[in-house]
Amino acid sequence: MKRRTLLASGAGAALAASLGLPARAQDGPLKVGFIYVGPVGDGGWTYQHDQGRLAVEEHFGDAVETVFQESVPEGADAERVMTQMALSGAGLIFTTSFGYMDQTINVAAKFPDVKFEHATGYKRADNVATYDARFYEGRAVIGHIAGRMTQSNKIGYIASFPIPEVIQGINSAFLHARKVNPDVEMVVIWVYTWFDPAKEADAAKAMIEQGVDVIMQHTDSTAPLAEAAKTEGVIGFGQASDMAEYKPSPRVASIIDNWNPYYIKRVQAVLDGTWESMHTWGGMGDGEVVIGEITEVVPDDVKAEAQGMIDAITAGEYHPFTGPINKQDGSVFLADGEVATDEQLVSMNFYLEGMSGEVPS
Amino acid sequence: MIRLEKRPVPSTRWMIATPFLAVALTMVAGGLMFAALGKDPVEAIRTIFWDPLFNPQFASYSRPQLLVKAGPLILIAIGLSLGFRAGIWNIGAEGQYIVGAICGAAVGLAFYPAEVWYIFPLMVIAGGLGGWAWAMIPAILKVRFHTNEILVSLLLVYVAQNLLSAAALGWLRNPEGGGFPGSRNLSQYPAAANPELIAGTGMHWGVAAAFIAVIAAYILLNRHVTGYHIKLAGQAPRAARFAGVSTGRLVVFCLGVSGALAGLAGLFEVAGPAGQISIDFASGYGFTAIIVAFLGRLHPVGILLAGLLMALTYIGGELSQFMLGVPAAAIQAFQGMLLFFLLGVDVLTNYRIRFGKREVA
Repeated sequence: MKRRTLLASGAGAALAASLGLPARAQDGPLKVGFIYVGPVGDGGWTYQHDQGRLAVEEHFGDAVETVFQESVPEGADAERVMTQMALSGAGLIFTTSFGYMDQTINVAAKFPDVKFEHATGYKRADNVATYDARFYEGRAVIGHIAGRMTQSNKIGYIASFPIPEVIQGINSAFLHARKVNPDVEMVVIWVYTWFDPAKEADAAKAMIEQGVDVIMQHTDSTAPLAEAAKTEGVIGFGQASDMAEYKPSPRVASIIDNWNPYYIKRVQAVLDGTWESMHTWGGMGDGEVVIGEITEVVPDDVKAEAQGMIDAITAGEYHPFTGPINKQDGSVFLADGEVATDEQLVSMNFYLEGMSGEVPS
Repeated sequence: MIRLEKRPVPSTRWMIATPFLAVALTMVAGGLMFAALGKDPVEAIRTIFWDPLFNPQFASYSRPQLLVKAGPLILIAIGLSLGFRAGIWNIGAEGQYIVGAICGAAVGLAFYPAEVWYIFPLMVIAGGLGGWAWAMIPAILKVRFHTNEILVSLLLVYVAQNLLSAAALGWLRNPEGGGFPGSRNLSQYPAAANPELIAGTGMHWGVAAAFIAVIAAYILLNRHVTGYHIKLAGQAPRAARFAGVSTGRLVVFCLGVSGALAGLAGLFEVAGPAGQISIDFASGYGFTAIIVAFLGRLHPVGILLAGLLMALTYIGGELSQFMLGVPAAAIQAFQGMLLFFLLGVDVLTNYRIRFGKREVA
């Protein structure tokens, strides 16, 4: 069916392709492509983007057709996959991992009529927009819960890559855990992968052996929660997705990335012809970052405090990075009452005062 | 009653026929798997094997990509096949590939931003030497201390991967990259870049090197005394020793050549299609090349064809993923089937199938 139409428009497309021009069918539904770094069944980051894709399908029905490719390595292969997707007639392509940045820019230059959206990156072009979510807002809330819940005063953080987005999360969680528990220490393990259940589980295990009883993660799989479930009294949080199957414990709350509204808005813009390249950094107030249900394992007073923080951030009354805050070396990051600017956040490459260890460089 | 009867000499006819039989059996079994997944098996097989070559919409892009993908596989597999023929098992080509890429890229970046003609040739030499040196570790340990080269070369892959992370995050990191891991993009630095030699063909220096390696290996094995020694050592080790073949020298030669070729493959990849040293630079070519070497029957021409076939399953597999929604794991299973059938039908080369009762001798 869809292949027939492809073959029919083949001759012209071949000519267009050999000239490096886009071979996009002008009539018929808008084809929207998604490129994923992990499998759609990872239960975390990629799963959540795929939920966004399904939401687009449901919202627009026959007006769109979606295609996706999972487990695309962040390298030369990604460029080929994007090119083939564009050649197949996609009019809008979401590339959903930081490591696709240069490839997205390269391919977009070859297909000026195809719109690209790159998640969590910072390079844009006329047909490349970027989008991200303020995950650090969610980290503040779970950091608060972690600081109140820990018995051993050791919080573990499974970190992926030492890039600003990840460091923001570590700092935000640590800052808010320290606020409610000055004795808290944070153990960070860098695994240098977004998705590797075996490595993530190993990191969680190593932390538990060091006495960590609250585990956070900036990786995509449910393996750390599965590891936490093996030891009584160790808790963790759903990451990117709700990870509800680990309720009520070890998963006591979660940070959910909700891409649905953004994806629907951007597909609509392409259909309306109003799409423009821009950077979108949505947070709790935009419904992009959502805290999943806080379970009964968390005492009521802690739950109420967390809810208060959620409400304040959502209403825009509280920014998780509000001074006075010092850097790890003791120098001033934010003066009393000063709020971090987005520029300061997107270039954050240092720990805050009180953290042990160093950001790998 | 069916039984197997050993052939007095391996059948040349079957040796040529079995790879084709294996591909045919893979299509049948893979088709059944795709059917079980609810996909049209004929369409899926056609998307994998036919569309990358002949689909009017993609083929002009996919065909050159076959060379890009097959180039490093062939280059590495040719080197490995020499050792495999002599019973010297270099399983660590992946590590040699990584180290070659790091060394080559480091030389190129050391000259940045100079624009002189000799930078790229120096990088090529550094890449080859890097891979060679990494392979010399298992070679010397084997000759001196009789360690097992399979284990040593394999474990050195993990060391190389950590070197790669260290390089991407530390000493090769792009100083203008805003703290993000990854080196400068070599493909944007003309003196160090390995671009397409003729635009739109996929031919870069790495592909050219792969073709040269195929010819050189053919001549070596058929016309040169070292090639004779390699074959003799593999087929009759005792006879080889009586004939005065030095096992130690052969180990050093085979591991050295395969390491150097893997290093070259890494250099051409990092300066060309991949563009930069990044944490995810290693994409498993070193391991896949082992399959290619055996798929090609350790024969230079066979390896050339096998490399192209392997590349076809990769690119066709990607197409079938987003065109038909075939899961990535099913494509990997499909590639696994290919190797399985290949090794399975290999029995026909050395054995004859007999029907009926065993004759009395």
